[in-house]
Amino acid sequence: MSITSTEQTIDAVEEGQHLPDLAYDVTATTVVLGALATRDWRPMHHDKDFAVHRNGTKDIFLNTPNQAAWFERYLTDWTGPKGRIGRMTFRMKGSVFPGDSMVFRGVVTKVETDDTGCGWAEIDINLSVEDRVATECAARVALPTTPDDNPWTRRAERWRP
Amino acid sequence: MSTVPDEVTGWIDRVRYEEQGEFPVERGYIWTSCASVENGNPLFWDDEVAQAITGGPIAPPTMVSVWFRPHHWAPGRTKQALPLQVHFDLKDRLGLPEAVMTDNTIVFHEPVRPGDLLRTSQILRSVSDEKTTKLGTGRFWVIDVEYRNQGGELVAVESYTGFGYRKGEG
Repeated sequence: MSITSTEQTIDAVEEGQHLPDLAYDVTATTVVLGALATRDWRPMHHDKDFAVHRNGTKDIFLNTPNQAAWFERYLTDWTGPKGRIGRMTFRMKGSVFPGDSMVFRGVVTKVETDDTGCGWAEIDINLSVEDRVATECAARVALPTTPDDNPWTRRAERWRP
Repeated sequence: MSTVPDEVTGWIDRVRYEEQGEFPVERGYIWTSCASVENGNPLFWDDEVAQAITGGPIAPPTMVSVWFRPHHWAPGRTKQALPLQVHFDLKDRLGLPEAVMTDNTIVFHEPVRPGDLLRTSQILRSVSDEKTTKLGTGRFWVIDVEYRNQGGELVAVESYTGFGYRKGEG
């Protein structure tokens, strides 16, 4: 497997640049698999009766840790395997239910190289269903400065996420 | 408006719970997680790529909280353990039966690797005055969870903002 085919380097990234959209049709399986993969056994992520009657939602819904996994996948689809996530902030505004077609859209808000020579891109991502934003994510991701650079080798004071 | 009890104020900035994961980080869960979001990052699927880039296999960084969520059942256990106990302590002590998580920040440090046994520390950072949202009336709080590996290295800090509330007062 090639490790360089999708590799982003920081010099090729610009503020305002859009990442490719990712669309995915959510089913009950998506929600339940995501809950179990994150060891989240709470019933509103697998039991529709509980979700409707106890939480007052229309159905079971994607849990937060699994949404984090979706955002990570969205980012690293774009960066390639050398992209190293330093920080992610999530703000939950709504829920994602079975039957929803969710879309991830991202835009680069800042590009910088820090004092240690590490290249960083800051990216705002929206997870939306139709016109409704379900979750906002702000991410800070280290990218190689050259094809030979590798952010994963950084430790201690050379890693400032 | 009621004030925050002194007992709760005393929890702020103090390590309240330290826990060890119930099992070492393992690849089966890594693959289950990647499958759940169709993550094809070769770091997790191709050992040669993992060796070249990260010096061997690692876990997806966003899985950090997965490793300390307790089993749903264990022999001899009479009470369900709760993964973010401070959150539930706050609901209980403040008399707020419902709660949601509104904000969540994770900062990643050393990579997590298969075989690691993680430890966590929960630290309450703040509790707000009473506020009314469309959900009801209650309080916001911020809890930090620090994650370290068996060598004591910091692997992540997760900050949760929760809103505990009573229904029907919004």
